[in-house]
Amino acid sequence: MLALVAVHALAAVIAPGLVRLWGRNALYLVALPPAAALIWALSHTSGVRGGEPVVETVPWVPQLGLELALRMGTVSWLMVALVGGVGALVLAYSARYFRTDDAGLGRFAAVFVAFAGAMLGLVVSDDLLLLYVFWELTTVFSYLLIGYDPVKRAGRRAAMKALLVTTLGGLAMLAGFVMLGQHAGSYRWSEVAENLPSGGYLAVAVVLVLLGALSKSAIFPFSFWLPGAMAAPTPVSAYLHAAAMVKAGVFLVALMGPAVADVAPWRPVLLATGLITMFLGGWAALRQVDLKLLLAYGTVSQLGLLMVILGGGTRDAALAGVAMVLAHALFKATLFLTVGVVDHATGTRDLRELSGLGRRSPALAGVAGLAAASMAGLPPMAGFVAKEAALEALLHGGTADLVVLAGVVFGSVLTVAYTLRFLWGAFADKPGIEATEVRPVSWSLLAPAAVLALAGVTVGVLAPAVDRLLAPYADLYPSAETGYHLALWHGFTPALGLSVLAVAGGVGLFQLMRRERVRATLRLPFDGADVYRKSIGLVDRLAVELTGATQRGSLPFYLGVILVVLVLLPGGTLVAGSPWPQRFHLWDTPLQGVAAAVVVVAAVMAARALRRLTAMILVGVAGYGIALLFILHGAPDLALTQFLVETVTIVMFVLVLRRLPAKFSERPIRSSRRGRVALGVAVGAITAGMAYVAAGARQAVPISVGFPDEAVSYGGGKNVVNVTLVDIRAWDTMGEIAVLVVAATGVASLIFRHARDLDRRSDIPGGGRAESPRPRWLTTGATARAQSVILQVITRLLFHAIMLFAIYLLFSGHNAPGGGFTAGLVAGLALAVRYLAGGRTELNGAAPVDAGMVLGAGLFVAVGTGLAALLLGGEFLQSALLDFHLPVLGHVHFVTSAFFDVGVFLIVVGLVLDILRSLGAEMDRQHETEDNEVREKELV
Amino acid sequence: MTPNLTYVIVIGVLVAAGVTLLLERSLTRVLMGVILLGNGANLLLLTGGRAGAPPIVGSSSQEEMSDPLPQAMILTAIVITLGMTAFLLALAYRSWHLNGHDEVQDDVEDRRIMDLAERDEVPDDDVDGDDDDDNEETGADRTLAGTVDSGRAG
Repeated sequence: MLALVAVHALAAVIAPGLVRLWGRNALYLVALPPAAALIWALSHTSGVRGGEPVVETVPWVPQLGLELALRMGTVSWLMVALVGGVGALVLAYSARYFRTDDAGLGRFAAVFVAFAGAMLGLVVSDDLLLLYVFWELTTVFSYLLIGYDPVKRAGRRAAMKALLVTTLGGLAMLAGFVMLGQHAGSYRWSEVAENLPSGGYLAVAVVLVLLGALSKSAIFPFSFWLPGAMAAPTPVSAYLHAAAMVKAGVFLVALMGPAVADVAPWRPVLLATGLITMFLGGWAALRQVDLKLLLAYGTVSQLGLLMVILGGGTRDAALAGVAMVLAHALFKATLFLTVGVVDHATGTRDLRELSGLGRRSPALAGVAGLAAASMAGLPPMAGFVAKEAALEALLHGGTADLVVLAGVVFGSVLTVAYTLRFLWGAFADKPGIEATEVRPVSWSLLAPAAVLALAGVTVGVLAPAVDRLLAPYADLYPSAETGYHLALWHGFTPALGLSVLAVAGGVGLFQLMRRERVRATLRLPFDGADVYRKSIGLVDRLAVELTGATQRGSLPFYLGVILVVLVLLPGGTLVAGSPWPQRFHLWDTPLQGVAAAVVVVAAVMAARALRRLTAMILVGVAGYGIALLFILHGAPDLALTQFLVETVTIVMFVLVLRRLPAKFSERPIRSSRRGRVALGVAVGAITAGMAYVAAGARQAVPISVGFPDEAVSYGGGKNVVNVTLVDIRAWDTMGEIAVLVVAATGVASLIFRHARDLDRRSDIPGGGRAESPRPRWLTTGATARAQSVILQVITRLLFHAIMLFAIYLLFSGHNAPGGGFTAGLVAGLALAVRYLAGGRTELNGAAPVDAGMVLGAGLFVAVGTGLAALLLGGEFLQSALLDFHLPVLGHVHFVTSAFFDVGVFLIVVGLVLDILRSLGAEMDRQHETEDNEVREKELV
Repeated sequence: MTPNLTYVIVIGVLVAAGVTLLLERSLTRVLMGVILLGNGANLLLLTGGRAGAPPIVGSSSQEEMSDPLPQAMILTAIVITLGMTAFLLALAYRSWHLNGHDEVQDDVEDRRIMDLAERDEVPDDDVDGDDDDDNEETGADRTLAGTVDSGRAG
């Protein structure tokens, strides 16, 4: 069974490719998996008839008790045969229904066969949770099929409606399943059914499950989604909304009925909602002029009837119910397919426009007639056999059953009437309407419908055989009292009389409706559609109000909210009950106080500065002060990095600020500024308090106590911080250099505005060479205009020395302050100096590579180092120590993590290069272009 | 370990100045705020480990060494701040280039929703609406087969 489902999934995956290859004929191939399901079911017929269910269990996560438990009893067997058989025929029909150049055909085929697979899985699931998963899958696929044409507003809306209603019901059902499963200690229905809870708990669970079944089967008050779903292509309607999806709810009722039919709410709920649905659907069907909608409302009505019969909860009613499921699937699918053919042949489905079709397409009319006879319950059709059984089952009950019986008979009257309306509307000669033009109907389009119609006849004629197949299900009901058997002829029974009465009533009603043109509307004060519309409107309103109230779209507002929460909650906790450390020290060395004073003054002034440049310098001063604090703390690597980063930052600021106005824009109103300052001070105070408490609260031994020893023995380096970066916490570093690559890419894409510019960016090395054809050492390029020649010469002299220093830092970093980050920054600064002295020509001369290449190479080296370790049997980024002798250099001590550090180095260089190219060179170019344009305009 | 009061004060001031700037609308100011705040956060990390001699094996005994772990964390944080600064600067420049200023504007779409909320309306979309008559819901069929005329219910 699982294999069958998997084949459907596979078919769904390859279907679009097949359609691209063979056009619509590929649908015949796609029809094979459902056909296989039918054949598989038929091959197990004898076992199922003997009451032996096919069981298949695949362990999934044994530790959690999760398994894929599948089980095919009688009802499941019937459903598998229907889902597979009707599915295959509808796909074969679709192969002629759609045109081969339909753009969405591949997707249709995929979703359709996926739906068939989900439906198949649903009906063979024994595990309730598995059943739920398939249940929701059918919902999702049906959503995709209804909203098949995304351009159609009606289709989208109908799809959304169906999705919301059935999903909501599905959720309720899931809750019911969980209640049952938790009580039974198992989610396999075969075990849950033996182990049901009792009392109110069971009643609630049953009602929840019924909510799912009723919404799926479009029973009142959920019926409104089904007619809307007719927006789907006709094959979809034939399958989903007649044979398959709406039957899921009926199937669930049939599956659970034998165990829970006697639970208090089960019968009343099913009988009441079923009867209401039957009347409303039947009445609405009588008023339709669109043949397809007429059938849709007819389906709603029939689903109501099915719920009534299956809800009866007796052996005979159950037998009648499953027979009706079979009959309904056969005749309703046939009728939908014939409507599709009518539509194809004439271009309309409006019964006011159709006339004379019966004479012109007798074959089509014959097929439709067979199915319609079954729907109306005429012998020798399957519909007749099922309806007889239902009437008979109800005849022998109590008063309540008689009331229901009257309802069913009246429902049958309606059914006969709308059946006649359908036949008359589609095929009759209508006076006053000229005969509709009919295109020839190919036999391959009609054949699937004909097969289904003939199946309906066969089932009716072979009723006793069908009875033997379905009886094992009916016998599951405890009250195996009368032992009714399906047959065409039971003699002159009251049930036969009622059948005749229904047909006669139906003919009369149809004539009445035709003559009088009864237009009376039957409206209930309470309608599911209204509730749906109102709740959707309410949700929309709520969403707007909530979004409007919380999502202000103002960055300061958001930040303010977050910070106020920070001040109130953690801050409040801090003030309220923290054990404040009693002992503290003022500083480690008085010099810290001096550095701190510099930082404090610079930070406060920076916050007050009105000019961008002033603020920038003050922030830089604060940064250098921090670097000083790092030195005093005993962190030379940090100090080095901080100095370098501050310097690069200042270079960047200068590059950008030369374009921006000198002063900040108008400061906001004073009062809001005071609020900002107050919030800032509060957050600062809270953070300081946390720092104070946290530093004093430390009790555990730091994890880093062992770092120095590990650094030497495993990492092979003496600089513990550097070894931590490239070895102990190398994963962290890996993440961080990735962030750098992203940031660099972001900078470039913000400044290089068009794809064309981005192309040019990769041309930069070439462009640079074009501007200075032969790079000559110490001679300035001809294009350098405003820059100082002396400065350029000096920077060229210094450049290589600085680069050498960077390389030295890179490789000595393992044992002394330095490493990839600092080395990269030093190299970047060397490039920055070249750029500042000579503009973008000089930069291209100094680094004739694309920044993206450098970044990519760095990431490649870093990841490659890690992967190499993995390939050599170690862990990702594990480093190894290599000691070997080289002829000239002598003893060489080498650590593989040095390669990782080279990657870090390259990425930092790439970042700085990228910044210089974007914020420097490209900005220059843009402004030169603009200046030139301005100049040209002035000249003109 | 006892708290170093100097650090505590510097952290407080840096965070206070940083947050004040962060709440402004000018992107350049926000950026300055980010840098100051970042420095404060780095210092906060540093208070997690003791001060001492540089953590280089051989230059001093292990008992005297400063804690290397926060230092490694801070080091990458410093470089990341560099990347972030570059990105925000590019953002500020682009904003200035496009709008003539570098201010963070309110989200226009959010404004629209707030206007809707004030007028007590709902957005115009597919789910809500006039689907009470069945007319609209039919006739969507057959688009595939290309037939134009679709039946309409009455």
